[in-house]
Amino acid sequence: MKKLSQLKVGERATIASFEEDAVPVKLLELGCLPGNQIVLHSIAPLKDPICVELEGSQIAIRRETAVRIFVETV
Amino acid sequence: MSSNSLKVALVGNPNTGKTSVFNALTGLRQKVGNYPGITVEKKTGRCSLNESTTADIIDLPGTYSLNTTSLDESVVVEILLNKKNTDHPEVIVVVAEVENLKRNLLLFTQIKDLKIPTLLVINMADRMAKKGIEIDVETLEKELNTKVILISTRSELGIDELKTQLVNHQELNTDTCTDITAIDQVYFEQLKSIFSSFDPYKLWLLITQDVNFMPIEKNPPLQKEDLTSTKTKAELKKLQHKETVLRYKFINAAISKAYIKNRLKADGWEGHLDRVLTNKFLGFIIFGAILLTIFQVIFDFSSIPMDAIDELFAGLAQVVQNSLPAGVFADLLSDGLIAGIGGVVIFIPQIAFLSFFIALLEESGYMSRVVFMVDRLMRPFGLSGKSIVPLMTGTACAIPAVMATRNIENWKDRLITILVVPFTTCSARLPVYLIIISLVIPNERFLGLGLQPLVLTLLYFLGFAMALLAAAVLNGVLKIPKTDFFMVEMPPLRRPQFKNVGITVYEKTKSFLTEAGRLILALSVIIWFLGSNGIGKDFKNAEQIVTSKVEASKMNWTKEAVEQEISNYKLEHSFIGYMGKAIEPMVKPMGLDWKIGIALITSFAAREVFVGTLATIYSVDEEDQQTIREKMDSERTSSGLKRFNLASGIAILLFYAFAMQCMSTLAIVKKETNSWKWPMLQFGAMTLIAYICAVGSYQLIIPYI
Ligand SMILES: Nc1nc2c(ncn2[C@@H]2O[C@H](COP(=O)(O)OP(=O)(O)O)[C@@H](O)[C@H]2O)c(=O)[nH]1
Ligand SMILES: [Mg+2]
Repeated sequence: MKKLSQLKVGERATIASFEEDAVPVKLLELGCLPGNQIVLHSIAPLKDPICVELEGSQIAIRRETAVRIFVETV
Repeated sequence: MSSNSLKVALVGNPNTGKTSVFNALTGLRQKVGNYPGITVEKKTGRCSLNESTTADIIDLPGTYSLNTTSLDESVVVEILLNKKNTDHPEVIVVVAEVENLKRNLLLFTQIKDLKIPTLLVINMADRMAKKGIEIDVETLEKELNTKVILISTRSELGIDELKTQLVNHQELNTDTCTDITAIDQVYFEQLKSIFSSFDPYKLWLLITQDVNFMPIEKNPPLQKEDLTSTKTKAELKKLQHKETVLRYKFINAAISKAYIKNRLKADGWEGHLDRVLTNKFLGFIIFGAILLTIFQVIFDFSSIPMDAIDELFAGLAQVVQNSLPAGVFADLLSDGLIAGIGGVVIFIPQIAFLSFFIALLEESGYMSRVVFMVDRLMRPFGLSGKSIVPLMTGTACAIPAVMATRNIENWKDRLITILVVPFTTCSARLPVYLIIISLVIPNERFLGLGLQPLVLTLLYFLGFAMALLAAAVLNGVLKIPKTDFFMVEMPPLRRPQFKNVGITVYEKTKSFLTEAGRLILALSVIIWFLGSNGIGKDFKNAEQIVTSKVEASKMNWTKEAVEQEISNYKLEHSFIGYMGKAIEPMVKPMGLDWKIGIALITSFAAREVFVGTLATIYSVDEEDQQTIREKMDSERTSSGLKRFNLASGIAILLFYAFAMQCMSTLAIVKKETNSWKWPMLQFGAMTLIAYICAVGSYQLIIPYI
């Protein structure tokens, strides 16, 4: 199991779990739910934030959130 | 509002095209304002559905769900939940979009559960072929138990069908999609036994409203304490998680039957362009180039209409002066009102150009890339990437910059940005900087660079640095609850629709004219009055006094010189003249006298007035920059020192860099924050900082001169 922040650009993974209080409801609602696919789409020039692809849309979040989301690479 | 006008609300995720649908339905028949008491933008408009029916359409703020995390979203919930709210709709149109349909449907299922007649519009149908998307509308209608319409605002497909469907809104059902009680049956049983008359989902929304966000006052129909006492916030959040899973289960079932996406389609030019735009090296270079181009265009292109406006109003004033009998009325009309209106209209080119570019960047999706790139840079100052555009814009003019903060959803971030934007060096400071620098900074080279341009550049940096510093301080001081969570959706890059851009430019300009414009006009008339009226013999008999002085001097004065001397004498003995003298003790510690005191006061109308006022005071023609400079250079203090020396010059520069001397900005801040408290605070704090810096620098430097 890896942290979301440890994925490489373009790497696809399945969301395994996250620290409940780290992930706001809004992100859940955008599809950040255990079992869903996630792709690290790109990283900002200053390494933070990162942009992930969820359910076909691209969403930028900060690293501080990404380190608390755990993924399973296939 | 007529009785047979149907109330329709557009609801949907951000970037699904709600505003485009709204524009397509209403055209220019729209009204942009604020929701009462808060600063969320409210757009309403009217649309005739057929010969006999009209609809009042409201474009609600974009929201991902009814579980609110921001002020914008809680406005949506308030309007949809509260039947007594004047904006409560009879029909809801959920605007979704072909590519993100699944995610859009989450909000749809929540809306549907409110039991208000709802229809689903799937926008951007023009992109389906390219993205390999197929939608079986009939099946989807059956699965979601609603009317579904495929539309495209770009190719104007389906808009008429939407209108027809709105006329036939009685056909829409009010069945729910999901049963919320399934997430915790015991809990909902309990609730039902206490509040038997309430609908479980609406009750659930009320209970959870402040789990993620502190809503503004909502007149809750029930005591919150009773409701939340049985569950902790963490437990409620877990239930929201469960709710989301439940809803996605329903959505997945519907989607799997009616929606096909051919994954093999490549991402095309948008994907390549995106990678370039956010590239490590190219990203910032491109952003810099775009900003530079925008400023260049604003400076160059707006100066043409601005000069024309200037001349037009000057000419108009002249016509009035010539055609009316000389007197107070003619003066009020020409120097007060017409000049005042001119002072408002003169901002239009800058505002229009700037809102044009911002709308373009917004429409194309580039803006969120910029936010993505600079977020890390802004964080040490308690801001997020979203503040970058207003701060950059401030370098042209603070007024459109304050208006540009509307893109920042987070209220605390937005307020801080509004408060610090006037520190950035706007173009009105430039004439003041130029004349003072040329007076006090030696025209020499330092490390091969011209000293004068170096100081000018330094002043620009100083303004920006001060803005960031102030932001950091305000971030610590202001006690405004803030969800410290950053999340920005990066919509696909798109070719902008010029209709949308056009409407935005029109709306922004109009709202500036009608709302801030009035205030600016009033203030400039007041300042005109104070500068052209006075009490006492000196003011009333100015002409005689000056003429007799001229005769006594036995020199050969030109007619213009006499007139200039008279207006100088009048200004000196007007209300503003006395105010200038009254504040002399205050400006003395920065090495200035009452004459510059007057210029500081009139500068409050707008900084660029500084040079003009000094021209009047020193009795020279305003057009003649060279003479003003010479006059200023030859002014001496009582101790024989140059009046404009390095110490007092730096003091003036710092004062103009930091002081809030622009009533137009104050007017727009009042409008955008909906209260006088913030502009007054801004005015007080900035002027104080400016004063302290100016006095400090003067006292520090003067011993060495
Ligand atoms: N291709 C395409 N783009 C659209 C359509 N409708 C809107 N857009 C674009 O989608 C973006 C967001 O539109 P907007 O109306 O501002 O969305 P809102 O945030 O929901 O109000 C803009 O760039 C529009 O030009 C459409 O039917 N087709
Ligand atoms: Mg919109």
